[in-house]
Amino acid sequence: MLYSDKVMDHFNNPRNVGVIEDADGVGEVGNPVCGDIMKITFKLDGEEKLSDVKFQTLGCGAAIATSSIVTEMAKGMTLAEAAAISKQQVADELDGLPPAKMHCSVLATDGLKVAVDDYLVRHGREPISGEIKSADPNFDPHADEDESHDHDED
Amino acid sequence: MNTTYFDYAATTPVDERVLEAMLPFFTERFGNANSLYATGRDAFRTVEAAREQIAALIGAQRPDEVIFTSGGTESDNTALIGILTRLAPDGGAHLIVSAFEHHAILEPAEALAKRGYELTVLPVRKDGHIHPDDLRAAMKDNTKLVSIMHANNEIGTINDIKALAAVAHEGGALFHTDAAQTLGKIPFDVAELGVDAASFSSHKIYGPKGFGVLYLKKRTPFSAQQRGGGQEFKKRSGTQNTPAAVGFAKALEIMVAEQDAEIARLTALRDRIIEGVTSTLENTQATTLVEPRLPHIASLLINGVEGEAMLLQLDAKGIAVSTGSACSSGSLEPSHVLLSIGCPPEIAHGSLRISLGRFTTDADVDYFLEVFGPIVERLRAMSPVYARMFGSK
Repeated sequence: MLYSDKVMDHFNNPRNVGVIEDADGVGEVGNPVCGDIMKITFKLDGEEKLSDVKFQTLGCGAAIATSSIVTEMAKGMTLAEAAAISKQQVADELDGLPPAKMHCSVLATDGLKVAVDDYLVRHGREPISGEIKSADPNFDPHADEDESHDHDED
Repeated sequence: MNTTYFDYAATTPVDERVLEAMLPFFTERFGNANSLYATGRDAFRTVEAAREQIAALIGAQRPDEVIFTSGGTESDNTALIGILTRLAPDGGAHLIVSAFEHHAILEPAEALAKRGYELTVLPVRKDGHIHPDDLRAAMKDNTKLVSIMHANNEIGTINDIKALAAVAHEGGALFHTDAAQTLGKIPFDVAELGVDAASFSSHKIYGPKGFGVLYLKKRTPFSAQQRGGGQEFKKRSGTQNTPAAVGFAKALEIMVAEQDAEIARLTALRDRIIEGVTSTLENTQATTLVEPRLPHIASLLINGVEGEAMLLQLDAKGIAVSTGSACSSGSLEPSHVLLSIGCPPEIAHGSLRISLGRFTTDADVDYFLEVFGPIVERLRAMSPVYARMFGSK
């Protein structure tokens, strides 16, 4: 299993780490049992575009790198655009992810979706994404796997 | 970048002295040990001399109890399958293995269970050891084989193989031990331990990769899993790997000669690492401190940090370690070893194994301790839940 140079760059030099204290939207996904937790906060500008996005992540190299890149991708986007970022787009932006690590990119996109919905609901508007499985504290990452993970002996 | 290598439990470099002993057998002394002419006879004598030396060093009664294989995994697989299928060709026999065995034991054991054999996976106690009473309780009338590792490769605990083998024998079962992690590193003698079969790996003792030994006590029932020219006393066909056999014998000879000094040196370095980390970083602990433990493995739990992230940050500083975190493997499960001793998944994700060896120096340990603290603090600072879960100073 090898990470691309871009994954390693975002892991070693993560962009936009931190928490925006007076954030317009906050999303937290994952749980300690599965090993990955991500929190995303953003600020909107006057045109309701994401002007600042920050993250905090507990997780592996891929979890940190996908969090980092998703904050870069989301900056300047509308709420609808940010909520529509797909796990494949995140992986592509990082020049690919190992198959066993694709679930990390789900966490990053889910974090953003939850944060967008958080903003919309707080302002009495309809959420875009609705229920996000990984935002449930009892989320079981194993239940949702469509591909089986074989032992990858090292 | 120079690598500060702390993963000797994964593999070791070939010792220069071992390489030197092996080299002539790749080129000028390349014969097939099964050929009758002079170069063949030279290879035969060389392979058999290596076998005799290894037999003597592990306490075997006879050289033909030493079977050369392709490595620890093959030795483990063929020990379980070869013995059990010979004793009970039609299934039905009971096999006991421990929960924290290497996959090279667990996977064939599960394959046997699917083929009509009865399997018990013996629990490990929280201190990381297998208790003989637990084995006694698991024994059944039809128990034919017990396989328990000599020492665990992730957490470094050493099992009381002599007592465990005695329990198996009392119940009429044979006993195999996976000794890949102990051979040469601590005293190992098949007669003293009382085992019927044992598996060894060459590349864990500064020998070449792709080579190992299966010790099979004389008259131990065994059905060959690789058939052909009848080499290795018809137990493992295939032209003998002369240079590797020479390399393994030389590697083991050096391990045994330097063992006492290395145990003392590595134990001190191991304890410096454990002490250095746990006394300076909050919410860290040794996985277990219950003796006996291997001198060369420091197993640590770094709470609130994910293992692979630590591994990669250390790698960026030129330090090679290993982790039992889920994210370091292809699966989503943390190490089965850590789960087997009752370690919760959220703690197991932060496990780190630092394994030392022949070329580890005091300066390596100093360097590790210097860079490790800031890495942990940086990753914890990046975590959304560290303060919530573990509190901070």
